[in-house]
Amino acid sequence: MKLPAFDYACPATLAEAVALLAANGDAKAIAGGQSLVPMLAFRVAAPTLLVDLRKLPDLDRIDIDAAGVRLGALVRWRDILADARLERAHPLLVAAVRHVAHYQIRNRGTVGGSLAHADPAAELPGIAVACDAEIAVTGQAGARVIPAEAFFRGALATALAPDELITELRLPPWPVGRRFGFEEFALRRGDFALAAAAVFYDQDVNGRAGAPHVGVIGVGERPTRLASVEAVLNGARIDGEVIASAAAAAAAAVDPPDDIHASAAYRRALVGTMVERALLAAHNRHPA
Amino acid sequence: MTRFEVNGKAVEVAVEPRMTLADCLRDVLRLTGTHLGCEHGVCGACTVLVDGEAVRACLMLAVQAEGRRVTTVEGLSRDDALTPLQQAFRKHHALQCGFCTPGMITTAHALLTEEPDCDADRVREVLSGNICRCTGYIPIVEAVLEARGAYRGSGRAGSDGEGR
Repeated sequence: MKLPAFDYACPATLAEAVALLAANGDAKAIAGGQSLVPMLAFRVAAPTLLVDLRKLPDLDRIDIDAAGVRLGALVRWRDILADARLERAHPLLVAAVRHVAHYQIRNRGTVGGSLAHADPAAELPGIAVACDAEIAVTGQAGARVIPAEAFFRGALATALAPDELITELRLPPWPVGRRFGFEEFALRRGDFALAAAAVFYDQDVNGRAGAPHVGVIGVGERPTRLASVEAVLNGARIDGEVIASAAAAAAAAVDPPDDIHASAAYRRALVGTMVERALLAAHNRHPA
Repeated sequence: MTRFEVNGKAVEVAVEPRMTLADCLRDVLRLTGTHLGCEHGVCGACTVLVDGEAVRACLMLAVQAEGRRVTTVEGLSRDDALTPLQQAFRKHHALQCGFCTPGMITTAHALLTEEPDCDADRVREVLSGNICRCTGYIPIVEAVLEARGAYRGSGRAGSDGEGR
């Protein structure tokens, strides 16, 4: 369908953008529009005002330092894949972004857009939760930082207030030699995941896994970490047996929906397989 | 008024904010080479280049094109002869009904301009964002791979100045 009618504003500063959102209760922010424009086309969203963020300064920066990786809200998938520093600074992020949508979408879609849209099968929200990332936002009352775990409330629902804009995603530092894997299964390349798993851990000198993180997407209302799987891995020497136990724990931990794309039982099995493959990749990967 | 450049010419249009770039190109500027299939960003038929980058014109508002350089499939052809990419499409029978072809050409042109040494896997990955219901893709992939040679070196196999 053609899009519903709306007014359009293109503010030059973050403060103006926030003021526009605050003054118009059903306004929506638009950046790349790769999630919002389809929602408009389906008339799932019908805001009276779109506030275009494209002129806001400094939100397209990728900063990497001892505190980790900071991705500005207007950073596009293309920018992440083109930044050679990230291969070392956050290889898990890069591995996940390689699964995001298609070539053309990656030229427009943004970090902030993906986080704000909060699709339960989207890669970046999954990485944010798996990595204990923080999401910096700014509203009329000022700036605040929301842990990813608390940011995603449900399918397409976040902790963002109507007058708040995402400014930055902050990923904690990534130590050299960290073991990781990202595995996703989708029906077609570029589709949203039926299920995907992101895993990482730091292996100590005795070969034991420390601080394991296991996150999954596509199998619930929001991306989640699987504490029971992390418990299997924590302190263990990762081998075939441990990986099999972790995969079984993952399948048992999730309660996915039945829908037209896959049954709940299929998705549950798929989560186990994705966790298994991601752990195998982590285990077999020669540490950088 | 929204001002931008289309195929090397400055244009100025008065459009409602809700008008997509695709509709603006077709209905206002009468550049009907850009095809509209799904109108919600899954089929790739409406792919155009914005500042040289392939984007879905149905997922961009015309007002967002302000100040940008837009190239449509019309801008990737020449009056006197077929471009190397067009020749390769003809040689390999990379089109049947032709509906997806403008999106295939614009996408392939962007890819080959940026990555003239891409391999078959990369071509398949990039073209996975463009749906073709006729060819089965194999001839399209072959055509794009063959056209690579024309984009190497000068990086200028197109027509109107993409890749500047």
